[in-house]
Amino acid sequence: MRTMLKIVPLLALFGLPLAYADTVDDLLKGYQAQGASNFSAEKGQTMWTQKFNPPGSDRARSCALCHGENLKLTGKHAKTGKPIEPLAPSVNPKRLADAAEIEKWFKRNCTWTVGRECTPQEKGDFLSYLRKQ
Amino acid sequence: MKHLFVMATSLVALTSSALYAAEAVTPAKPAPTATERYTAECGTCHMAYPAGFLPARSWQKLMGNLANHFGDNAELSDASRSQITSYLLAGAGEKTQDRHAARFAASAPAGETPLRITELPYFKREHREIPQRYIREAQVGSLSNCAACHTKAAQGSFREREISIPGVGRWEDD
Repeated sequence: MRTMLKIVPLLALFGLPLAYADTVDDLLKGYQAQGASNFSAEKGQTMWTQKFNPPGSDRARSCALCHGENLKLTGKHAKTGKPIEPLAPSVNPKRLADAAEIEKWFKRNCTWTVGRECTPQEKGDFLSYLRKQ
Repeated sequence: MKHLFVMATSLVALTSSALYAAEAVTPAKPAPTATERYTAECGTCHMAYPAGFLPARSWQKLMGNLANHFGDNAELSDASRSQITSYLLAGAGEKTQDRHAARFAASAPAGETPLRITELPYFKREHREIPQRYIREAQVGSLSNCAACHTKAAQGSFREREISIPGVGRWEDD
């Protein structure tokens, strides 16, 4: 009984910080578990404008091609021209809030832009860059 | 007395952790309807085209190859894909209540499975008088950009009197 009395308040204490755990932090931890380390916002930024020519591309592709270099501004879909809401969480709080959405777009957009899925290291670098915007 | 105090403290702690657990487990909003999901998943990159514009066999084929969606990767979670596929099949050209939309799908040649609405004979016929230079206009870009000229396309309405071509204005068939 005495042990129980000690454990219960402790559980409550540990439970609270979890409630506010950041989506991005959780994803970064997941990438670390897959072998990635030392995430770098600088590397993420460099790769943001890096140009790729995957098979089937008629012009060089980059993240910035659709999302732009200033992430606080609205982007534009390279093919359809449809506006893309700003990626910067500072101006668009809906961004980086949903892990499933983040992974879905990594899969789609890395495949189109780079020609393969991004590695956990690359995704971690991107998120480290994006979250600062 | 001391026991009572400890019990009370634990009770408060238990309640708050239970509250927290309830908050964490319960989703913030209800699951999206099929229409909401279609608009959210497909309408991010292009207009969420009315389901009635393509025959069921076309939607089936298109939804079966989202990894190569006109050169783009548009893969969805299994749950989203199956919900959206059901929605599109239920409202496809053969089933839609919209008589105008039904003409698009009905014009698809038997034995063919067109994937682009813009390739359907009825679509081509309806747009044959539109000069290329109107389509090349920056705000239009492509015939697939319905809403550039059909001002109520997003609401599924394509009446002639609602047409306004960028840089040209109203359009009336001869």
